[in-house]
Amino acid sequence: MPLTLRINERSVPVEAAADTPLLWVLRDELGLTGTKFGCGIGLCGACVVHVAGQPVRTCVTPVAAAEGKPITTIEGVAHDRIGRVVQSAWLALGVPQCGYCQAGQIMSVVALLRNTPQPTDADIDAAMAGNICRCGTYARIRAAIHQAARQLREEP
Amino acid sequence: MSPQRNADAPHGLTRREVLKGAAAMGGLALCLRESGRIVLASQAPVYGVAAEPGGAVDNPLVFVAIHPDDTVTITVHRPEMGQGIRTSLALVVADELEASWPRVRVAQAPADQARYGNEDTDGSRSMRHFFEPMRRVGAAARMMLESAAAARWGVPVGEVTAEHQEVRHHGSDRRLSYGELAAQAARESVPRREQVRLKSPAQFRYIGQRNTRLADGADIVCGRAAYGIDTRLEGMLYAVVARPAVLGGKVAHFDAEAALAVPGVVKVVEIPSYPPPPQAYPLGGVAVLARNTWAAIKGREALKIRWDEGPNRRFDSRQFGEVLERAVRNPGKAVRNDGDAMAALRGAGRRIEAEYYLPFLAHASMEPPAATARIVDGRCEVWAPVQDPQGTRDLVTGLLGMKEADVTVHVTLLGGAFGRKSLGDFAGEAALLSKAMGGAPVRVTWTREDDIRHDYYQAAALEHLEAVLGADGMPLAWLHRSASPTEDATFTAGAEGEDSSEYGMGMINIPFRIPNIRLEVPGVPAYARIGWFRSVYNIAHGFAIQSFLDELAHAAGRDPREYQLALIGPARRIDPRTLSDQWNYGESPTLYPLDTGRLRAVIERATHEAGWGRSVPKGRGLGLAATYSFMSYAAAVIEVEVGAGGKIAIPRVDIAFDCGPQVNPDRVRAQLEGACIMGLTVAKHGEITFGDGRVLQSNFDDFPVMRISEAPRDIRLHLQPATFEVPLGGVGEPGMPPIAPALCNAIFAATGRRIRRLPIGQQLKTS
Repeated sequence: MPLTLRINERSVPVEAAADTPLLWVLRDELGLTGTKFGCGIGLCGACVVHVAGQPVRTCVTPVAAAEGKPITTIEGVAHDRIGRVVQSAWLALGVPQCGYCQAGQIMSVVALLRNTPQPTDADIDAAMAGNICRCGTYARIRAAIHQAARQLREEP
Repeated sequence: MSPQRNADAPHGLTRREVLKGAAAMGGLALCLRESGRIVLASQAPVYGVAAEPGGAVDNPLVFVAIHPDDTVTITVHRPEMGQGIRTSLALVVADELEASWPRVRVAQAPADQARYGNEDTDGSRSMRHFFEPMRRVGAAARMMLESAAAARWGVPVGEVTAEHQEVRHHGSDRRLSYGELAAQAARESVPRREQVRLKSPAQFRYIGQRNTRLADGADIVCGRAAYGIDTRLEGMLYAVVARPAVLGGKVAHFDAEAALAVPGVVKVVEIPSYPPPPQAYPLGGVAVLARNTWAAIKGREALKIRWDEGPNRRFDSRQFGEVLERAVRNPGKAVRNDGDAMAALRGAGRRIEAEYYLPFLAHASMEPPAATARIVDGRCEVWAPVQDPQGTRDLVTGLLGMKEADVTVHVTLLGGAFGRKSLGDFAGEAALLSKAMGGAPVRVTWTREDDIRHDYYQAAALEHLEAVLGADGMPLAWLHRSASPTEDATFTAGAEGEDSSEYGMGMINIPFRIPNIRLEVPGVPAYARIGWFRSVYNIAHGFAIQSFLDELAHAAGRDPREYQLALIGPARRIDPRTLSDQWNYGESPTLYPLDTGRLRAVIERATHEAGWGRSVPKGRGLGLAATYSFMSYAAAVIEVEVGAGGKIAIPRVDIAFDCGPQVNPDRVRAQLEGACIMGLTVAKHGEITFGDGRVLQSNFDDFPVMRISEAPRDIRLHLQPATFEVPLGGVGEPGMPPIAPALCNAIFAATGRRIRRLPIGQQLKTS
């Protein structure tokens, strides 16, 4: 069925069955391959994007559920200041190893910082436990979140 | 331009034959008629990179292109899987080249070992083997720029110096940028290897420094980085494959009707099964090709397949555990035999015996296997995230019955690999499916379930150790039997017993002062595809040996640190051959002896930094383990807190590490941090089991991996300083082996409970 998605501040028509996971529409139909497939059942967080500002696992989100709502993917995360600050913290601390999970990590972090600008370690555990990094970059992810939060506080 | 194959010409004259001006690059786009492969002059035993297929190439014309806009493209021939090699090898070239890092672009070499040298990225070898060749690449290119500038100015080359992206004439302070010199430099002859002037380490600009920008960092954080699963070609079909659940199974019959009725499904194709051994061949099965991945997945669900499951259909890992037990409880042939351990074990003294179990492990890289292929005009192109590009090229060449020259394998980024992507069965599937579709582009994507169920697993292992202690508490005899399927069985049907490179990983080369040592590797069969998992057999050997030492120390009533140091004895450099180790990771026994001084030093450093011996609250404990692997020395001290219900918290980890000099210290640290997390996953969670021939796990719910909420927040890394006189050690793997035993030794210190079977899982729950 024809749908219109609002992705990264643009309206995009797509043709997809209503129950198709948003992940495959983004990746296969729209070529937005920054959003990754990791598990297909909502366990790993590689596919996180924002729908109406909330972090959503696109591998288990039917495309119809996102219709008409603003969607932000990793390709659009720099439109937002928090997104840019997080990206720069990721680079400054050399967080990525293979990098495959990092789009999902960054999308989860941006959502965390939007709701909880100064997260504690416990906040980070709660918000980020759904994002697996098999390379084991967790210590740097945590440090980069604190650094981004500090920068957002000091340079509002 | 197709690569030239006459690779055995000696380094020198032939390298001067330069083809200039390849249009794609502009400026100094250098290609070479002859590969500058390093050639051996003598009949002496061959070690290191010279013993690897393709050897090393150090020709700047193969690896460096300088453009008129003053950017520099450095080709990296080793695949990037998170170890940072695209950054680290490129910065070595850039440093000797005196290129400015922000001007450097990194290109990835396709599969072509004749042109680029060995590309097979495993064994923690990339920097160890290519640091010196890549230094020469950069230095030779720098000298060509200097020659070009001197000729332009009509001055002796001794009066000019290349520095930071420009060449300067000392007398007149004239300057030319690399971009301005590029075209002319391309016509300069390549200096002979013996003429290449390397920097002194004091002159290094990037090597050994921290904070070098990651080559792919900016692309990663913007979602632009391209992995194997991201390849998109015009008209591409998306495939998923139903593979036999049991290794060696075949399709008996299938009905595609319902699958073909799924909207978006285009075709259903059977992939043939290949006779054993499994090698890197596709597993066979039935592929569903569709307009998108989701339709292919839904189509696969609708397939009706009857399988002929074959001879492995009864494989059960619990029963296999009994096979391992029988194997380690019966005497066998020794691979190392010092003194008479069997007699000593029957003699006087306190006898200690223990067995340690490591289960089968899956790699579970975050990017599951995925690859794309197309065939146009009799030429096949593959895009794949593979650790061994040439191996994949050879596989596809064979599967398609084509000539090697007609097969190109483009290496994408690897979204994790850890050994899984050493074998390119998934790329073989893509090639076969493209052929079945008349050459149309096809991308095969493995789901997570496919990945967990059809891996090349790290072999399960049972390690049996016995010792008898003398009056001073030190061992008089040591017996170690290690039973584990060999990876050789993946390539040779019926192969049994760890081979010299497998028992060579931390079992045979124990440097302990024990008069009677007997080591055996009884044969056990493989019923699953066995592969390599980061640090490989070192995981089981390190877990067993380092746990057993801790048990012996406690039995002797001595501190485990002091006990291990006493067992290692004084600092000395041991020729590994005197330990019956003929393998030594393929490295020269004289260049890379086992240095007990360095092993002692990492133990002393880790324990000192961790405050070994300090008092800790009830429920907490410190554990120590130290291992030597891939020419590097690692010691870990883990502090654990075991809470109610056996819940494990890890307040702190201290790791001391000696890999010789660190070319890119930040990536060394990153690898140690990652190895720590992966090692903790092996310790706490990872277990693949089989029933009725099938893998019983499927995804991150039943094959959990460590998450941030349980990861240690305080990992302190202590890198041992070393000068560039010391030969380089490995980095990617050697951080793994000490982690699980350090954790389990800490658990013993905290609770008195000894973990001898991994994963820990729920073992601490019962009191």
